[in-house]
Amino acid sequence: MEELLNELKEKFSSVIIEIQEKDYPTLICKRNGFLDLMKYLKDEKGFKYLIDLCGADYLEYKYKNFEERFEVVYHLYNLDNKILLRLKVRVPEKDCWQYSVTPLWRTANWFERECYDMFGINFKGHPNLKRILMPDDWEGHPLRKDYPVYLEEEQEWKTYKEFKEKIKEQS
Amino acid sequence: MGIEKETIEIAPGIRQIPGTPVVISPIDKIINWARAGSMWPVTFGLACCAIEMMATGASHFDLDRYGIIFRATPRQADVLIVAGTVTKKMAPIVRRVFDQMPEPKYVIAMGSCACSGGIFKTYSVVQGVDEFLPVDIYVPGCPPRPEALLFGLLNLQQKIKSEAKKWGFWR
Amino acid sequence: MATYLEINKKQVKEEKWEEPFYLNMGPQHPSTHGVLRLFLELEGETIVNCAPIIGYLHRGVEKLGENLNYNQTIVLSDRLDYIASAANNTAFALAFEKLMGLEVPRRAKLLRTIVCEMARICNHLLWLATHALDIGAMTVFLYCFRDREWLLNIYEKICGARLTHTYVRVGGVRQDFTQEIIDELYKFTEEFPPRIYDYETLIDVNRIWLKRTKGVAVVPAEDAINLGLTGPVLRGSGVPYDVRKFKPYDAYGEVDFIVPTGKNGDTYDRYRVRMEELRQANRIIRQCLDKLPETQGEPVVAEDAPDLLIPEKIRKPEPKPVPKKGVIFKGEEVPVVPPGEAFASIESPKGELAVYVVSDGSSRPWRLRVRTPSFVHISAIPYMAKNHLIADLIAIIGTLDIVLGDSDR
Repeated sequence: MEELLNELKEKFSSVIIEIQEKDYPTLICKRNGFLDLMKYLKDEKGFKYLIDLCGADYLEYKYKNFEERFEVVYHLYNLDNKILLRLKVRVPEKDCWQYSVTPLWRTANWFERECYDMFGINFKGHPNLKRILMPDDWEGHPLRKDYPVYLEEEQEWKTYKEFKEKIKEQS
Repeated sequence: MGIEKETIEIAPGIRQIPGTPVVISPIDKIINWARAGSMWPVTFGLACCAIEMMATGASHFDLDRYGIIFRATPRQADVLIVAGTVTKKMAPIVRRVFDQMPEPKYVIAMGSCACSGGIFKTYSVVQGVDEFLPVDIYVPGCPPRPEALLFGLLNLQQKIKSEAKKWGFWR
Repeated sequence: MATYLEINKKQVKEEKWEEPFYLNMGPQHPSTHGVLRLFLELEGETIVNCAPIIGYLHRGVEKLGENLNYNQTIVLSDRLDYIASAANNTAFALAFEKLMGLEVPRRAKLLRTIVCEMARICNHLLWLATHALDIGAMTVFLYCFRDREWLLNIYEKICGARLTHTYVRVGGVRQDFTQEIIDELYKFTEEFPPRIYDYETLIDVNRIWLKRTKGVAVVPAEDAINLGLTGPVLRGSGVPYDVRKFKPYDAYGEVDFIVPTGKNGDTYDRYRVRMEELRQANRIIRQCLDKLPETQGEPVVAEDAPDLLIPEKIRKPEPKPVPKKGVIFKGEEVPVVPPGEAFASIESPKGELAVYVVSDGSSRPWRLRVRTPSFVHISAIPYMAKNHLIADLIAIIGTLDIVLGDSDR
């Protein structure tokens, strides 16, 4: 495990910013060159299983020590040596995109669609980036911190408002 | 009157001349008795309450003894049991299934989520199915026990039996 | 409508059919196990392409988790995979305990393991009932529900609810088992194995069952890992990955059991893997019951579990003006949880259920992420359904063991 982390730090020193030791080793990476790091991990080091891919919004987080607003978190697992790695990539709000890992792992397809739906992060190289959990004409990205939990009358989704009015007219 | 001496009462308000297949009663009561004894619901299980609805239909709390058979298509059904959470994406589809059922039709809202949104007061959940459907019976619970659903169905039977002035020359 | 599918228009024109035929298996369908919508492109009766559309049961659990207390989110977690609720509760509790650095007493670990394995039996019985009902064997449905009722009665004695039990809490469990429950569980473990044999005699060597499940939807091992499949679906393809053996949690390190794996990766192998898991679950419950008397008298909740989690000690909220948008929990902010993040995963009956939580020091999570197995399995349907008939598609949905509450959250 130590050798693996040292080797990664030497080889990809321009991509990896920091290695933290929390419950699982966490690598914080830059956006450029990220795909090479993932390809190396998958092909050479045997991290064939992508457990999870998700986003997180750090607007007004108390213990924040970086500038960007969003973070994309990857959890990779090696089935032969039983090692779990966590990788994080920081994405700013103005320049909101990240490379897609769909060519490497096919599960990432739907995970990235969900991340786009909930946070608004675009993924370059994704074959079909559309909304998946919310309806197609929904406005806004629900899991951002400035989105309300419960929509009041004025903020209601247009299609649903029209549907309710149509029913009132019928009866 | 002579009618009470020579006939026997087989159900409240319905009398039969013994030994013959002749029945004397107001039209309303006979038709209500037939309709309440064979209510056919549409299978419309959405979430957790669907499991309790399946358990009510299985052999421990049998629904078949009340004449209730689940039909797959709304065209042959007369009760719609909305079991589970209704989201704004799903609402037009529920209304469409309800519109496809022939008259007379009834709606039972099963579970807290269908009655009033339940514990999910969020941007995508409809707070109660009665925003767009006319509901007859509410069965609260999370999920309601099979006995509670049976109680709801028996109340619906009472409601059907007490309808009046729907047949005969008032029509 | 055709924008749902990722089709190559050029390829369509070169085929011998003039135009493809699109069929919509809508959200309301008796055999889609909830509100799953499948948009199919057919050539005759063979499926050329398939696009699953989900989101009809999206209730915003991750957003609600940022507005509720740590123990209140466990109530929400019941409704995700509503067939085996104890497994969801355990995943959330494990992640929160890792975050707070709590140590769970041994008796609580044994009780949690018993409840999780009972949930596994409940889930596999319901899976067998609905899978067989879709393929056409209706008697199995009634037999499986008979045994499920017995287990649900035992659950009611343990925690008061049949389906959505919030029994596993952060730091341990809610309350201890009484002697009556232990006796009844002993009786259950004695009488259950002959009943598994009953279910097998109904369908195992039936010619119709074999024709409809052998050779259908074969997934080789490399593709299965790349697609992210886990649980019995992956083990049917020959990969022995089980979170209980690879990253043991609770009392699984002390208990002896084997992990069944298949060979070919088709529907019949997955069926055999799940039937064997029923026997192993029974064995685990027996061993845990035998170990319970050693830990008699121990507490069932960790002593340093934070104050706001034990019901009697919740403080009354002060009357402060609360802003109208977005706040649901109107209580005091009690800083008890150290800031940081944690990731925990368990072997739920359907696959690998993982929870990733980030905290900012207050009494509510900052970000709560639930990685559910059904979400990933539904994304594998287009791969598995290529060049199969529509009737095989029903068998495929059954063998993946999908629950829409789990996938849409």
